[in-house]
Amino acid sequence: MGKRSVIPFGPQHPVLPEPIHLDLVVEDERVIEAIPSIGFIHRGLEGLVKKKDFNTMTYVVERTCGICSFQHGMGYCETLEHIMDVEVPDRAKMLRTIWAELNRMHSHLLWLGLLADGFGFENLFYQCWRIREKILDLHELTAGARLIFSVNTIGGVKRDIDEDKQRTILETLSEVEKELKVIEKTFFYDYTVESRLKGVGILSKEKVHELGCVGPFARASGLAVDLRKLEYAGYSKIDFEPITSNDCDSYARCYVRLKELYQSIDIIRQAIAKLPADKTLSTPVKGNPKGEFIMRVEQPRGEAFYYAKANGTPYLDRIRVRTPTFANIAGLCEMLKNTELADVGLLVLTIDPCISCTER
Amino acid sequence: MAILQFATQALKNLFLPPVTTSYPASEIQYPEGSRGHVEIDIDNCISCGMCVRSCPSNALAVDRANATWSIDRFDCVACGFCVDKCPKKCLKMVVGYQTPEFEKSVATYKKSEEQLKKEAEAKAAAAAKAAEIAKQKAEAAAKAKAEE
Repeated sequence: MGKRSVIPFGPQHPVLPEPIHLDLVVEDERVIEAIPSIGFIHRGLEGLVKKKDFNTMTYVVERTCGICSFQHGMGYCETLEHIMDVEVPDRAKMLRTIWAELNRMHSHLLWLGLLADGFGFENLFYQCWRIREKILDLHELTAGARLIFSVNTIGGVKRDIDEDKQRTILETLSEVEKELKVIEKTFFYDYTVESRLKGVGILSKEKVHELGCVGPFARASGLAVDLRKLEYAGYSKIDFEPITSNDCDSYARCYVRLKELYQSIDIIRQAIAKLPADKTLSTPVKGNPKGEFIMRVEQPRGEAFYYAKANGTPYLDRIRVRTPTFANIAGLCEMLKNTELADVGLLVLTIDPCISCTER
Repeated sequence: MAILQFATQALKNLFLPPVTTSYPASEIQYPEGSRGHVEIDIDNCISCGMCVRSCPSNALAVDRANATWSIDRFDCVACGFCVDKCPKKCLKMVVGYQTPEFEKSVATYKKSEEQLKKEAEAKAAAAAKAAEIAKQKAEAAAKAKAEE
């Protein structure tokens, strides 16, 4: 047995865009235990409910995260819609589905790029982000901004996607699909990529279930949890199956996310085909909310949980957002046990950490 | 498994034009409806303060006495909620993002002198009319009393 020592990892580290700190207990080059500490960038977004009315909070909640902003806004609005018993028009539901999937695509492409950067494949990193740029252009075309959508409102959505824009989306998605084939080949069959990913960071299905992991991280260990199956927004009319893998390693996580890109393209195509002709975009909301509700949505990184408690005034009593990264940190620490120190950076990336999101 | 899977694409990329725009040397094409920044048609503003109350980042301020509307463009998150809330529809989102500056500043818009004059005249006319009506009413009341 070698001598044990503690190596600090983060909060500033090249693989981390955001600060998380891990104390790595190592024996020689092998990690024995990882102790996480978070809380470097707490912003107190949940506390703002006391100062901002529930309509304005839509725009605050949406800014919890820059990457999955649409799903945050949608989760919050759907929670309030349930409390206020508002029926959202079908077209708005379908539009939410389209935007949510575009958001997922851009997030997964961002992650694939960061992963490639994490194992030192700069060229592949830029290729992924090059494709992502097309999705961001679609965001700007349809919602008016590249990252923060601000199209959700309680009762529906604020903008429509007309037929010209639908055509542009479909054309761009065909191009993206072609380009994905190129990076898919590299991620799946390249020797160098394989040697960094295969068999690294194994977390069994039982452990994933026990630790409550969510999203693609859980699906890569064979656990078919996909909250889109709960049929919020327009997902009840969409035909899809959660993508899983039984390999339980980093390669499987990459596989699941890449396949989900194709799935998202398919969902967007279905949603555009099933877009109702009735152009009503939102139901007017009257009065203040009263009551409480829990809503769960599937974000690119996994399950996000929203709780809201309203008291009949414009100011809510409480909102609580639990983001997927928070759920996955337990899985990350378990996964880091018995891995090489050199793999830690890459393994932290494989849960797709979004720390600002976690600390709100 | 094979090596150099990416080589073909990497070589192709050498001859492809850049995907990014060399800003500011070349002009950027914004799509229609892009939420760049907020602009105000100040002469239509009634200083009601709905935008101030709706703003999630407290970037706006309205001074009713001086008839001004001001915005801290570095605080503004371009969400467009004020535009939805404005009862006179004098706010709008236009293309073009906030440019970098050396110092943070607050942009203040003041109603034009002509508009202020026009409003003062309208106000005076309304007051005169109200006074006229009040006078007529008083006369009618006095007449009714006298008849009794």
